[in-house]
Amino acid sequence: MTLELKNVSKRVGADMHIHDTSLVFDDNSFNILLGATRAGKTTLMQLMAGIQKPTAGTVWHRGKDVTHVPVQRRNVSMVYQQFINYPMLSVFENIASPLRVTGMAEKEVKSRVGRAAEILRLTAMLDRKPAELSGGQQQRTAIARAIVKDSDLIFLDEPLANLDYKLREELRDELPKLFSGRNAIVFYATTEPHEALLFGNQTLTMHEGRITQFGPTAEIYRKPNSLVSARVFSDPPINIAKVTKKGRSLQLAHGDVTWPVAPSAARLPDGDYSIGLQPHYVLPQKASETSGALSGRVLVTEISGSESVVHIDVGGQTWVSQSHGVHPHQVGEMATFHADVSHALFFDSAGKRVS
Amino acid sequence: MSKRYLVPIVYIIFLMLPIYWLINMSFKTTNEILNSFSLYPREFTLDSYRTIFTDPSWYGAYINSITYVALNTVLSVALALPAAYAFSRYRFLGDKHLFFWLLSNRMAPPAVFVLPFIQLYSSVGLFDTHLAVAFAHMLFNIPLAVWILEGFMSGVPKELDETAYVDGYSFPKFFVKIFIPTISAGIGVAAFFCFMFSWVEMLLAKNLTSVAAKPIVAAMTKTSSASGYELGLLAAAGVLTLIPGAIVVYFVRNYIAKGFALGRV
Repeated sequence: MTLELKNVSKRVGADMHIHDTSLVFDDNSFNILLGATRAGKTTLMQLMAGIQKPTAGTVWHRGKDVTHVPVQRRNVSMVYQQFINYPMLSVFENIASPLRVTGMAEKEVKSRVGRAAEILRLTAMLDRKPAELSGGQQQRTAIARAIVKDSDLIFLDEPLANLDYKLREELRDELPKLFSGRNAIVFYATTEPHEALLFGNQTLTMHEGRITQFGPTAEIYRKPNSLVSARVFSDPPINIAKVTKKGRSLQLAHGDVTWPVAPSAARLPDGDYSIGLQPHYVLPQKASETSGALSGRVLVTEISGSESVVHIDVGGQTWVSQSHGVHPHQVGEMATFHADVSHALFFDSAGKRVS
Repeated sequence: MSKRYLVPIVYIIFLMLPIYWLINMSFKTTNEILNSFSLYPREFTLDSYRTIFTDPSWYGAYINSITYVALNTVLSVALALPAAYAFSRYRFLGDKHLFFWLLSNRMAPPAVFVLPFIQLYSSVGLFDTHLAVAFAHMLFNIPLAVWILEGFMSGVPKELDETAYVDGYSFPKFFVKIFIPTISAGIGVAAFFCFMFSWVEMLLAKNLTSVAAKPIVAAMTKTSSASGYELGLLAAAGVLTLIPGAIVVYFVRNYIAKGFALGRV
């Protein structure tokens, strides 16, 4: 255990930016902070880095209370969404900046900057100013500055969000390699569930200043512990519907739809629940025995090459289906889909997952 | 030559006419100025310039002006830098009101402040010193410099500050080594506006000095002397007064437009 937050909270004026939070991060771990804009990802990172002080609670690093240690003495690195570099310094000096402050010998600085520049393919641009570089190269410079010193904590705050598609893909492949094998805890904030799934490792889902879940990425995706986590971690958005369970049948609150109860949920007491069903379990054809039919009017059809996303209206509630292949549906026509009920997650009235 | 040159040429002629006439006069004798109409000096003379560069009451006035203008510019910008940083980076009680209040200082005509300044400076022994004029002009220049610098500083993302702290810079080191070079254009523009105001302001400069710190604008406006009208001499003084402004404009020419928009471009 190396970085620990104990009952940390942050209030600015009357606004709670981070609610009471306790977390432990392991050494050499890659942690993804997943949440919508303004969920508190940046604030949480700044609290861990020491750029902001918590209103209450303490931050511990390697067994020492570092709550009041200024960021300058914490040995951390940070990369922002905007490409932040020192505009008047050359790329070389930008990368060398954290080393210069420590008064490192020129020879050592040169070799370290050279190595970082090589990894990030900036060797040819070392004499240029950041403004003369492309966006991707500017962000590489910022990343090079983050890896040039041996930081204990590395914070990446949506580093790929401002890059165009191609560059994002490219850098996304490189990032995990860059940070693996370092004796550091890496934090990566993103708004995209799909990015979290690509990186794997550990994910921490956030919503309105609260940590909703923290654990292995795939596990959170498959088994979110609450409705909020399920919503944060799904793209296209997870289907959520109110249902009433009665014996071996499920009655949906909207539309005249009754489904069988899957074996996994059979032991639940009768009553009202919310169910969550990922869009890829709502398919145009019957895929399993435990499926329930859904008929409704098509609202939107999005076809992206090999995948179809169809929104249908069932008794006033919108359902989203995501399936492989091209399934053209005319807007306004009636269509029938099959929901795989065995994959439905059951949440109680408080939003906690019960099955 | 095509017609499209006509408009710019006429435009430039109208703009340059008074300046040309001033330069024209400065090379004429007072006699020629008063008694004939000539488009160029018939009897070309450098006597007026010679007088200015040899008579201490003339060149001394230039030195006085340059002294208090330089003092004023340096002090205004130095004091405005931390103030502008605070306004651009921190939220504090009444910050927006204070910020607007700064500019409201500039809404009063300088004449309003002449009497209180004369009385105040006389009683603390500052009257007729360079510092007196520099301080008086700071009342107008610091607000302006704060506004201009705040605009430029707000254009720098606060993440740059944080990146510097993360890299290990202390606040003073960051401010001097990273932040000031980053907004150097803004500092240049702010200094230019301070210089310009202080260089052309006459009322306060004239009334807060008598002999020891008499500025050029005061010397230049005494139209007659013991030897009668000396129009050639006054014209030469006028030409020399234009030069520092022209030099400063040359250096900040690329940033002036941004400066007029108070950095918000």
